[in-house]
Amino acid sequence: MTLDELEEIAENEKEEQKKIKHRLNVSVAAGCLSLHSDQVLKGLQNIVQERGLEGTCKVKGVGCMGLCAEGPLLRSEPQHTYYRKVPANRPEVLNAIVDNLDGQPIPEFALSPDIPFFAEQKKIVLEHCGEIDPERIEDYIGVDGYQALLHCVADRSRDDVVQEIIKSGLRGRGGGGYPTGLKWSMVAKAPGEQKYVICNADEGDPGAFMDRSVLESDPHRVLEGMAIAAYAVGADKGYIYCRAEYPLAVKRLKIAIRQAEKMGLLGKRIGESDFNFELEVRLGAGAFVCGEETALIASVEGKRGVPRPRPPFPAYSGLNHCATLLNNVETFANIAPILRKGGDWYASIGTEKSKGTKVFALVGDVNNTGLIEVPMGIKLRDLVFKLGGGIPGDRKFKAVQTGGPSGGCIPEQFLDMNVDYESLMAAGSIMGSGGMIIMDDSACMVDVAKFFMDFTRDESCGKCIPCRVGTTQLYGLLERISEGQGRMEDLDTLERLGVMVKRTALCGLGQTAPNPVSSTIKYFREEYLQHINDKTCAQGKCACSKSPASTIEK
Amino acid sequence: MPERNQYQVKTLTIDGKEVCAAEHQTVLEVARENGIDIPTLCNFDGLSGIGACRLCLVEVKGSNKLLPACVTQAQEGMEVTAHSPQLMEFRKLIVELMLTERNHVCAVCVSSGHCELQALAQKLGVNHVTLPYLHMQCATDGSHRRFVVDHNRCVLCTRCLRVCDEIEGAHTWDITGRGIGARMITDLGEPWGASETCTNCGKCVSVCPVGALVEKGKAVSEMTKPNFLPYLLQMRGEAQ
Repeated sequence: MTLDELEEIAENEKEEQKKIKHRLNVSVAAGCLSLHSDQVLKGLQNIVQERGLEGTCKVKGVGCMGLCAEGPLLRSEPQHTYYRKVPANRPEVLNAIVDNLDGQPIPEFALSPDIPFFAEQKKIVLEHCGEIDPERIEDYIGVDGYQALLHCVADRSRDDVVQEIIKSGLRGRGGGGYPTGLKWSMVAKAPGEQKYVICNADEGDPGAFMDRSVLESDPHRVLEGMAIAAYAVGADKGYIYCRAEYPLAVKRLKIAIRQAEKMGLLGKRIGESDFNFELEVRLGAGAFVCGEETALIASVEGKRGVPRPRPPFPAYSGLNHCATLLNNVETFANIAPILRKGGDWYASIGTEKSKGTKVFALVGDVNNTGLIEVPMGIKLRDLVFKLGGGIPGDRKFKAVQTGGPSGGCIPEQFLDMNVDYESLMAAGSIMGSGGMIIMDDSACMVDVAKFFMDFTRDESCGKCIPCRVGTTQLYGLLERISEGQGRMEDLDTLERLGVMVKRTALCGLGQTAPNPVSSTIKYFREEYLQHINDKTCAQGKCACSKSPASTIEK
Repeated sequence: MPERNQYQVKTLTIDGKEVCAAEHQTVLEVARENGIDIPTLCNFDGLSGIGACRLCLVEVKGSNKLLPACVTQAQEGMEVTAHSPQLMEFRKLIVELMLTERNHVCAVCVSSGHCELQALAQKLGVNHVTLPYLHMQCATDGSHRRFVVDHNRCVLCTRCLRVCDEIEGAHTWDITGRGIGARMITDLGEPWGASETCTNCGKCVSVCPVGALVEKGKAVSEMTKPNFLPYLLQMRGEAQ
């Protein structure tokens, strides 16, 4: 397909959409689906059909709208009104929604698009999530999808594309924050005929679902980003390494690949040029460590998913010892808009060193749990209290855990901090992939540290000794403290061992595993002391606070 | 005719000492050639390097990460520190972690006196263990005609796996599970004696650094291991 043909399809699609006066977009991403949004969709479609409104009102399933706390979500266009908690089992409500297409929305279920959760966001990655049907390529083409790819292939040199990404200042969204353009230029310059592009969709942090949402809501965006990357670095084969726990994402990815291949947007002779790019989905079997790039590559090769020392970096020697470009889902999702609107435009958003926007998953003790996209450098306080809507009940904010098991807990005194790579690092945590677990004052920090240590010791691959035995020892010490058996010297041991594991472990998993422990000791030392000296847990979360009698009964 | 750069010599310093390296030599190889002792465990001359035990980590000027000497290529102008107080502290702690993991009671071990873990602990001055013992309970497999594998002694260095795969070409040994639950297995987890791929060559036994892979019928301290691999590789090289 040529660019002209693509533009024609886009025009036709836009014309088609204009003809329909009303549209009801029902979120059918995983979160809302689990609340039976598929039945809402079907129910509304039936009503519209019964009333013969197909010509004027279109009901379609779309991706994630972000506000998980209020799901199932529905959006009525052209008013942009949201309906929250739409009950699938109450036909009178569904009928009322269709009745009020023109008039005022039903107050009980209406949600204004002007609330801070929606209004304060800046959407680049999620721009079409909740707008387009993820299983229809025409929907994506209708919002100018794949035009950036065909433009690149037709008019731009490979180096030009790399330069545009460098100019944008985009940094890897998987957690490391390595400059994406630099990585691309390394792979582009690396020797060898065969090169690969791999998308890391092995999102494994507890409480994180950014990539899942993008894949389920707008899979073509990721494919387009990967194809542009392949063109820029000179690769002709790509893999999406997606965890098998995301069946809906896998299904939609496969549909998207098939559709794109059929239209000549993937596969052989893309845009009728001599650029070929074949894409395949590989499933991860549930090991957290396979999110680490060298372990991921081993897994794609069909080997045991364990990391290896770097250098050599995958950019020089990755899959099958060939130069391999490995980026995260969100990174690839940023590519098409950057090429559409220019690197300068992207670089104008965010802070000096952290450009663009970041998607965060707000979870835990916060009113508006869900997915948000905000400019880099936003105040943490705004994230939690404006977009997040504050802490439920009369509870007080205590800490926010960022970066999953690799990150740390950030206490209240940092609430006015800017959220960007450097500031989070300075506060003893990391940006990570974007999970934000908010905790109120009922959380026990020893218990939180123990939870994450339990996770990393369980997910350690066992290859290197510091991680294999070190995480187990760290967990054991935390368990001892939580049971009221801790000694004062255990705190020093935790710190000493933590430093050693951080410095000596083979891969990122081990090197960051002690972060939840070290950050909680740093900011909540008195809680540890309370567990050790008074043998009590003020929050009642740990075993030491339970009375001996009840322990015996168990 | 060999290419010219095969003879390109690189100069670098290790612990302040000026040394030179040939193309493709690792920092560890260069250090050993020059009498600088860097402790190792998973590394074995003649087998591929995996950088897993982390004992040979060194500081390299300009790198904020510690690098495993066994797989780090020597480079021109490199400034390597192989012995700093912090590195020695880390090495001691790594050995201590190994000692706490499974059962490493030397008094009842057939390899005592010929054990690399024991020697490492002595050399690094690990005279007591400060961390709690985990004492993972593992099985012992004595089903093989000549050898025994006692997983309680295993440190998961994977030398057996590599020698079986890279030298013998049988790939009988592999690894199962992950983290603290990782175990060496023969074939797909069958008893060693029932293995269809094992050639009974005994290479794995002779490269095992501890008392995990031993010959049957040995009493305490009786298990000695010949260092046959450099010889074997040399002979193979000459034959080609």
